[in-house]
Amino acid sequence: MSVLFIVLPLALFVVALAVGAYVWSARGGQFDDLDTPPVRMLHDDGADGPRET
Amino acid sequence: MSVAFTARLGVACAHCGLVVPPGLVREGAPPAERQFCCAACATAYDLLQAHGMGGYYAFSERREVAVRRTGRSYEEFDHPAFAELYVQPAGEGRVCTELYLEGVHCASCVWLVERVPLLVTGVVRAELDVRRALARVEWDPRRTTLSAIARALDTLGYAAHPYRGVTRDAMRKREDRAMLVRIGVAGAIAGNVMLAALALYSGEFHGIERDYEQLFRWVSFGLAIPALLGPGRVFFAGAWSALRTRTVHMDLPIAIALGAGIARGAINTVADSGPIYFDGVTVLIFLLLTGRFLQQRGQRAAADAAELLYSLAPTTARVRGDDGVERECPAVGLLPGMDVVVRAGESFPCDGELMEGRSTVNAALLTGESRPVDVAPGAMVYAGTLNVRAPVVVRATEAGESSRLARLLRQVEESAQRRAPVVAFANRLSGVFVVVVLALAGITFAIWHGSNPHAAWDNAIALLIVTCPCALALATPLAVTVAVGRAARAGLYIKGGDVIEQLARPGLLVLDKTGTVTEGRTTLVAWRGAEHVRAAVLALEGGSSHPIADGFRRAWPRLIAADAVDVTHHVGGGITGRADGRTIAVGSPRFVAARATGADGWAARLGDATLTPVLVALDGRVVAAAGFGDRVRDDARATLDLLRARGWRTLLLSGDDPAVVAAVGARLGFAPADVTGGATPEAKLAAVQRLRAERRGTRSTGVSSVVMVGDGVNDAAAIAGADVGIGVHGGAEACLATADAYLTTPGLEPLVRLADGARRTMRVIRRNIVFSLGYNVLGVALAMTGLLNPLVAALMMPASSLTVVLGSWLSRSFDAVVATPGDAVVAGAVDQSAPDAPVPHDAAAA
Repeated sequence: MSVLFIVLPLALFVVALAVGAYVWSARGGQFDDLDTPPVRMLHDDGADGPRET
Repeated sequence: MSVAFTARLGVACAHCGLVVPPGLVREGAPPAERQFCCAACATAYDLLQAHGMGGYYAFSERREVAVRRTGRSYEEFDHPAFAELYVQPAGEGRVCTELYLEGVHCASCVWLVERVPLLVTGVVRAELDVRRALARVEWDPRRTTLSAIARALDTLGYAAHPYRGVTRDAMRKREDRAMLVRIGVAGAIAGNVMLAALALYSGEFHGIERDYEQLFRWVSFGLAIPALLGPGRVFFAGAWSALRTRTVHMDLPIAIALGAGIARGAINTVADSGPIYFDGVTVLIFLLLTGRFLQQRGQRAAADAAELLYSLAPTTARVRGDDGVERECPAVGLLPGMDVVVRAGESFPCDGELMEGRSTVNAALLTGESRPVDVAPGAMVYAGTLNVRAPVVVRATEAGESSRLARLLRQVEESAQRRAPVVAFANRLSGVFVVVVLALAGITFAIWHGSNPHAAWDNAIALLIVTCPCALALATPLAVTVAVGRAARAGLYIKGGDVIEQLARPGLLVLDKTGTVTEGRTTLVAWRGAEHVRAAVLALEGGSSHPIADGFRRAWPRLIAADAVDVTHHVGGGITGRADGRTIAVGSPRFVAARATGADGWAARLGDATLTPVLVALDGRVVAAAGFGDRVRDDARATLDLLRARGWRTLLLSGDDPAVVAAVGARLGFAPADVTGGATPEAKLAAVQRLRAERRGTRSTGVSSVVMVGDGVNDAAAIAGADVGIGVHGGAEACLATADAYLTTPGLEPLVRLADGARRTMRVIRRNIVFSLGYNVLGVALAMTGLLNPLVAALMMPASSLTVVLGSWLSRSFDAVVATPGDAVVAGAVDQSAPDAPVPHDAAAA
């Protein structure tokens, strides 16, 4: 069980990484507009317009 | 998609998909030939094809609105003063700005707007926020101008306006991001502390080695400190400012509970005995922040309204100096006495007296009257109204902040700000809450202090933590957020939580007439006389853009027009021409009487004095009369009766002619005293405010809200001034921006669904509050009797929050659209039924 003394800090380190990634994305404005990107995703990249599937 | 034949048996416009008016259908054109409902649609289509953007037409959900092009030059967008106000550098020599676009609604709009870089070389990027209709455009000023970009958007049907709220927007965005960061950090910490707590609690039952117990306690401690110093700091800041200003705020009990919990937990951790409260405290921080964020976002939308309204006002003016030279000048710099030149198609930048020129003014923005009014020198014109026909010179009397439009907008803004009763109530409640909780904690401490000082601390702190208004803080915002989401899917856009509260109980429903209970456009509702002249009438009117001509075209979509020659438009009178070798005159009774015999009595035969009569003369003899009016919506009567049956009192408030309003009111079952006509926008606002004041006088019968339903800019102030403002489908952009809720399906029937859904949502909210208060009372009882050990406290808190979450989620607040007769009435269907239903063909006997 003494492995806990190593695993627990490790787990907290991973959590810190995840939180760091989240903070970075939130500060970068990735959550600013949640309505348009889901619509934009449906558009084709080219100028030919949407692919109807 | 080439030419499609719709169910309406007409030809569909290749751009917008609406029926091409019969007068514009090119007969005998090959099927591959594209037909357009108007020149603007044709231009937009050509533009898209020329730039290889035909893919637009593959969207299944496309904007079914004819392109409304203003044709403005947007010259003022290139003015240095404009650039200073709105344009910001974007690096690498590029600049950017935000434009508020009219008419943005769906996925195809996003596609179209974001492809502007393909249309205008020099535009680097265009991004659209579809919910707020704001486009962020970035371009290279050396290669193109903002006016060129605006013109391209205009051609596609999106009239562009500068957006004033850019700086405030940036600030708000920062706030939002900071809040998200706080919630995320608090959530991650709470989750991990809960995991440690799980180990500790199972340790209490099954035994745990001291080393591990200490490890988990110290880890919890180590995690709780950053949660308190980071995300939790806002509560302490709020509590501190509340203390300093000697006001009560919900932050105060929260800060006390958090502080006491952490302090006692820290002491117990160091002393290695007794309960630590870190799990409870961290979960508390997370849930409280979440509740606050949801609430904030709900209130935000209403605040946007005023900013968007200002965007609609003109920004520059063309001033003529004493030397006769015209100079561009920002509208804010106009002074009374200046002579301003206003070209055709431009909005007046100020209030003033017309000095030179004769023109037609569309004052729909201010008065809601959609018919343009002729103006001559000496007439007053108002800022924001549109100069339709010819260039004129206006001497400014009121400009900038003192113009009628600015005053109206300020009223809208003030009304929107004044309205936040829910928050005020929550703060009042928190005052009681603070006192009660602190008193209870004190009593608990006092009771236990005599027998067991150690337990006295623990029980008092347990009480503070367990009574923390956590589920209570979630109860309302969560139920509202879920309900608003469901409502949006059902076609009802609700912008704030207080709307739901206000609509849940029957109150006063004030309705605008034109465009709200009626369709808001000139429709042929009566026809008396010869049937056979219809084709000829259509031939004459086919090419005209006059509302009457439009009414004829929509009434007879299947009629094949005859060939007309020598068609002459007589301004302010009517139209003459020849078809099948016979002379025809169509127009006002006076106009026709001057050209034909037997005009007397025809107008009276229409049988309804509120209709606008139009006579038809064939070879110098009047043979038919048409009555034009604004058709009442098919579902209006049924909807109003249903709402009245539920206890709503209905009032009709319109800017239209009192006689017309009275007639419509009588037909819809309004009490004569509840019908008001001839109301200016200011009078509408005053009426709504008076109703609210009267309502306050009789508070004993319960709070009944004043709800304003409207569609035009003239209703915007009243909509903002009411407890709840509702914009109907097809309403003006400014009205939808101000409204607390708007309907995306035509007709009035959604109002019933809105009221029903609000009632069900309030039931959910009340249930949530009862549950969370029940948990609190139970917790207090347990804590005071010393039965509340930390495990029970730790279980109770998430359990109460979970009850609230599930209760909100599983509720049936707003169901998906239920098929009712009202839903079937879409705009197109009305077009089709028009010739059959209201026009009594058979009754006509020439």
